[in-house]
Amino acid sequence: MALTNSDSLRFFAPELLLTAGAVVVFLADLLLSKAKRRPLILTSLAVLFAVGAVLLTIHASANAPQSLFGGLLAFDGWAVAFKLLCFTATAFALLMATPGPELPKERTGDYAAILLALSVGMSLMASANDLLMVSLGVELVSLLSYGLAGFKKGARRSAEAALKYVVYGGVASGVMLFGMSYLYGLSGTTSLGGIHAALTGDLGRAGSLALLTALVLVLAGVGFKVAAVPWHMWAPDVYEGAPTPFTAFLSVGPKAAGFALAIRLFSALFGGSNLPWAEVLGVIAAATMTVGNLAALNQTSVKRMLAWSSVAHAGYLLLGVCAGTAAGHSAVLFYLVVYLFMNLGAFLVVDAVARRGGGERLADYKGLSSRAPAVALSFAIFLFSLTGLPPLAGFVGKFQLFKALIDRGGGFFVGLAVIAVLNSAVSLYYYARIARAMYLDSSTDGERITLPATYPFLLGIFAGAVVVLGVAFDGLRGATDAAARALGAY
Amino acid sequence: MKLLSAIVFLPLLGAALVTLSSLLPARLRDNASRAIALIVSAVCCALGIYVWLTFDPHAAGMQFVERVTWIRSLGVEYFVGVDGLSVSLLILSTLISFIATLASMPFWSREQPTGLAQKIPGYCAMLLLLQTGMSGTFVALDGFLFFVFWEVMLLPMYFLIGIWGGQRREYAAIKFFLYTLAGSVLLLIAIIALYQKSGDQSLLNRLAEQSPQAFQRLVESTLHHDAATGSWGYLLGDGTFSDKTFNLLAWARTGQAGLFDLAGAFFLGFTFVKVIWVFLFIAFAVKVPMFPFHTWLPDAHVEAPTPISVILAGVLLKMGIYGMLRFNWAVLPAATLNYQRVVAVFAVINILYAGLICLAQKDLKRLIAYSSVSHMGFSLLGMAAMTDAGMSGAVLNLFTHGLISPLLFLVVGVLYDRAHHREIDGFGGLARVLPEYTGVMALAFFASLGLPGLAGFVSEFLVLSGSFAPLPWHTALATISVVITAAYYLWALQRVFLGPLNPKYQGLGDLSWRERLTLYPLVALIILFGVYPAVMLGLIDPGLHEFVRTLTAS
Repeated sequence: MALTNSDSLRFFAPELLLTAGAVVVFLADLLLSKAKRRPLILTSLAVLFAVGAVLLTIHASANAPQSLFGGLLAFDGWAVAFKLLCFTATAFALLMATPGPELPKERTGDYAAILLALSVGMSLMASANDLLMVSLGVELVSLLSYGLAGFKKGARRSAEAALKYVVYGGVASGVMLFGMSYLYGLSGTTSLGGIHAALTGDLGRAGSLALLTALVLVLAGVGFKVAAVPWHMWAPDVYEGAPTPFTAFLSVGPKAAGFALAIRLFSALFGGSNLPWAEVLGVIAAATMTVGNLAALNQTSVKRMLAWSSVAHAGYLLLGVCAGTAAGHSAVLFYLVVYLFMNLGAFLVVDAVARRGGGERLADYKGLSSRAPAVALSFAIFLFSLTGLPPLAGFVGKFQLFKALIDRGGGFFVGLAVIAVLNSAVSLYYYARIARAMYLDSSTDGERITLPATYPFLLGIFAGAVVVLGVAFDGLRGATDAAARALGAY
Repeated sequence: MKLLSAIVFLPLLGAALVTLSSLLPARLRDNASRAIALIVSAVCCALGIYVWLTFDPHAAGMQFVERVTWIRSLGVEYFVGVDGLSVSLLILSTLISFIATLASMPFWSREQPTGLAQKIPGYCAMLLLLQTGMSGTFVALDGFLFFVFWEVMLLPMYFLIGIWGGQRREYAAIKFFLYTLAGSVLLLIAIIALYQKSGDQSLLNRLAEQSPQAFQRLVESTLHHDAATGSWGYLLGDGTFSDKTFNLLAWARTGQAGLFDLAGAFFLGFTFVKVIWVFLFIAFAVKVPMFPFHTWLPDAHVEAPTPISVILAGVLLKMGIYGMLRFNWAVLPAATLNYQRVVAVFAVINILYAGLICLAQKDLKRLIAYSSVSHMGFSLLGMAAMTDAGMSGAVLNLFTHGLISPLLFLVVGVLYDRAHHREIDGFGGLARVLPEYTGVMALAFFASLGLPGLAGFVSEFLVLSGSFAPLPWHTALATISVVITAAYYLWALQRVFLGPLNPKYQGLGDLSWRERLTLYPLVALIILFGVYPAVMLGLIDPGLHEFVRTLTAS
C-alpha cells in the first residue's frame, strides 16, 4: 500500500539531503571568493557519500518495496541499485574535475552544484512510478545537462552542443508528453501500476493502435535520453563539445537513469499488453549498435569515436531491455556498472591526453605507450573491455546480455544475439585503431606526459575494477539479480 | 599448485615479473626479461615432458584433473584436465613455446629500428601471455574457461605481429585479429546456447521418454536429480547442484545421448544442432584455417617475426582442429555425421587449392604458410572419415605438422637473418656455401612433402588409408596433392640451393650454435616420429579409438 506523505519523507531523505547539499554549494559558490572555491568539490563529495550511506541504511532497515507519496515514487531494490550507481558516477565525475582548460578553476563550484542537482534528477528517474514523476525526472536531468553541455563559455563547439541538445531535448520531451497523454486517455490514470492494470489483456483494434502510438511516442523520449537510434543525433556533437569530465558523466549517469526508467516504464506499460514491443525494441537495439559502430569506424577524433561507441553501447544495453526478463534486466544493471568503470576510464584518458600535449585526434595518441606507459596500458584495458574481450569485465557484461537473449529463445532473439556479436567484432576495428596508435605507431614527439596525482589514482581504480570484475563477478551478479527481482513483475 | 595449473599460470606469473622488471635500469631490464621468459618457458617445457611421462594412456577419462568452482551462480568452474588428445597438444605447445623463446634471442639482440629497442620486456611479456592462453585452451574442460583462454590468445598475438612484425605488420595484425574475433563471437553464441539447452527440463524429460536407456546411462554418469527443486541438473566439483552446466565432458555425454538433437527450430527455421554446429564449425575453421576463411594466415605468417610464425604454425592452427574435435565431433556427433561429406569437400579444397597456390609463390615464407593450409586439410579429411586410422592420422598430423612447420619457419628465418629477403628466385647455389643449412632445409622439405621415414609421412598415410573406405573419391582427389607438394618443394629447393651461386651470397655463414639448438631438437623428433610413431600413437590411440566407437555408435 502507498505510504502517506509524512511517512514517505523518511524514504525520501537521500533526495532531500542532496537538494540541500546542492543549494548549499550554490550559495557557497556565490559567497566565497574565487580562490576558495576548490573545497566545494570535496564538500559535494562528502554530501554524496553521506547520501549514499543514508540510502543504504534506509534500504537495510526497510522491508519489502515501498510506494511513496501516494504511489508517485517507488522505493525498491531496483531504484536503490540505480541510485547508488548514479551517485557513484557523480562522485567520479567530481573527482575527475581537475581544474584545467576544460573546467576553469573559478567555476568548479558551479560544476559541483549542478552535478549534485543532477543526482536528484537521476534519483527521481530511477524511482519514478508515475507518469508525472517520469516527466519531472527526465526534465530535471535534461535541463541541467543542457547547462553542463554548454559549460565552456566562449567555446563555439560547446555552445553548438548545448543548443543542439536543447532543441533535440525539447522536441523529445514534447513528443514523450504527447505519448503520455494518450496513455492517460486510454487508462484514466497516471500511475504506472494503474495503467498496467487498465491496459492488460486484449484492447481491441483501436485500443491497440492507440497504445502502439503511445509506445512509439514514449520511446522517443526515453530513446533520446539513452541516445538510441534514431534519436541519437545529438550525442556525438554534445559528447564532443562538452567538457570531457561531463561527457564521461553524461555517457554513464543519465544513461543509467534512463535505462532504470525505461525498464520500469516499459515492463509496467506494455508488459501486460499483446503489443510487439519487444520486437520494436529489438529492431531499435540492432539499429543503434550497428549505426553507432559503423559511424565510429572512420572517426579521427578519439572523443567523437568514443561518443559513437557510447551510442553503440546503448544498443547492447537495449538488448537486455528487449529480452524483458529478470535475467535481461539484471544484465543491463550489471553492464551499466561495468560500463561506468570502463567508459569513465576511457574519457579520463582522453582528458589526460588533451591536457598534456594537445588534442583529441587519433594522431595525438601515437606512441602514447612510450610517452605515458601507465595511461596507455589502462586505456588499452578500457578499450578491449569495451570490445568485450575476456578476461575483462566488458566481456562478462556482454556475455550476460547475450545469454539473456538466447535464454529467451526464438529466432528473433537469437538473430539479435548474432547481430550483437558481429557488432562486437566490428567494434574491435576502431578500438584497435586507438590501441594501434598507442602501441604500434611511434610518437611524433617523445615527451613524456606527467599528470596530476588524481589521474593515475582514478585510472588505477577504473582499470583495477575492470580487471577484477572480469574474473570475480559472482558477488556483483548476485546483487544485480536481487535488484532485478526486486523490480518484480507488474 | 597442481601440475596443469603450473603449466598454465607460470607464464602469466612470468609476464607479471617481466612487467615489474621494467622498473629496472634499461640494460638490466632487457636481460632480466629475457632470462625470465627463457626460464619460464623451459620450466613449462620440462613440466610438459613430465606430464607426458606420467600420463597413463590406458586409463579412462581425464587425468591431472583440477576442479574448483569459479562462478557459482552460473555453474562455471575452473576445471582442467588432459586426455590423450589434449596431452599431445599440450606437450607440443610447451615444446614449441620453448623453441620459439630460444629463437627469439637473435631477434632481441639484433639492431632494432628506433623506438622499438626499448620494448624487449613488452615482447617477452606478450610471448609469455600467449603461452598461458595456448596451454589453457588445451587443458580447459569448462566451456566458459575454454572461451576465456581462447580469447586471451588474441591480444598478445595482435601485438606480437603488430609491433614486432615486418613491413605490412599493422595490416596483418588487425586482419588476424578481426578474422579470429569474428569467428569466436559465433563460438560465444554456441557456448551460451549449449549451456542453456543443457538444463532444458522439457528436453531432458523428452529424452527420458524417447530413449530411457541412454537417459539411464546419463543419470549414472552425469545427470543429477535435485530433490529441492525437483529438476534435473549437474553437480559441480564441490558437490553443489547447478541446473545448467558449462562442463565440456557433460556436454559431450548428453550430446552423445542425443539431448541436443531433440531441440527443435532455433534460428531462421533451422534446428538447434544444425545452427550450433555451423557456428562452431565456422569459429574453428577460421583458426584452422579452412578455405574460404584462410586469407588471414599468409599475411599473418609473412609479417610475423620468425618465432611468432613458429608458434602460429606450430600451435595456434592446431586449436581449430582441437576445438572441432572437442565441440563439433564430441558434443554434436549426429550433426557431424550429417555434415561429414561437406567437411570432406572443404578438406579436399584446402589440400588441393592451397597446394596449387604454393606452386605460384615467390616468397619462401608465403610458400610455407600456404603449405600449412594444405596440410591442415589432411587433418580435416581424417576427421571427416571418422575411422580409427583416419582419426589417429588427423590428430597425429597435428603433432607432426606442429614439429615440421616450426622447423620450416625457423630455417627460412635463418636465411632471412642473413640475406634480409625471402625471394625464392633471389638465391641459387646456396648448397655450396651453406652445406649444413642445406641439409636441414632439405630434411624439413622432405618431411613436409611426406617422405617415408620422416614424421609427415606417417600421419598422411594414416589419414589417406583411414579415409579411403568411407570417402573414396575425396581421398583419391586428395592424393593428387602428394604430387603437387613434391613439385613445389623440390622446385623451391632447386631454385634456392642448386644451380649457379648468386655471387652476392658468397660470404654467408653457416648455422650458428644457437640456431642449431633450435633446429636439431625438431629434426631429431621428426626422425623419431617418422621411424617410430608408436611413441605418440600409443599416447593418443586408446582414448581416440574409444571416442570413434562412441561417435559411430550414436
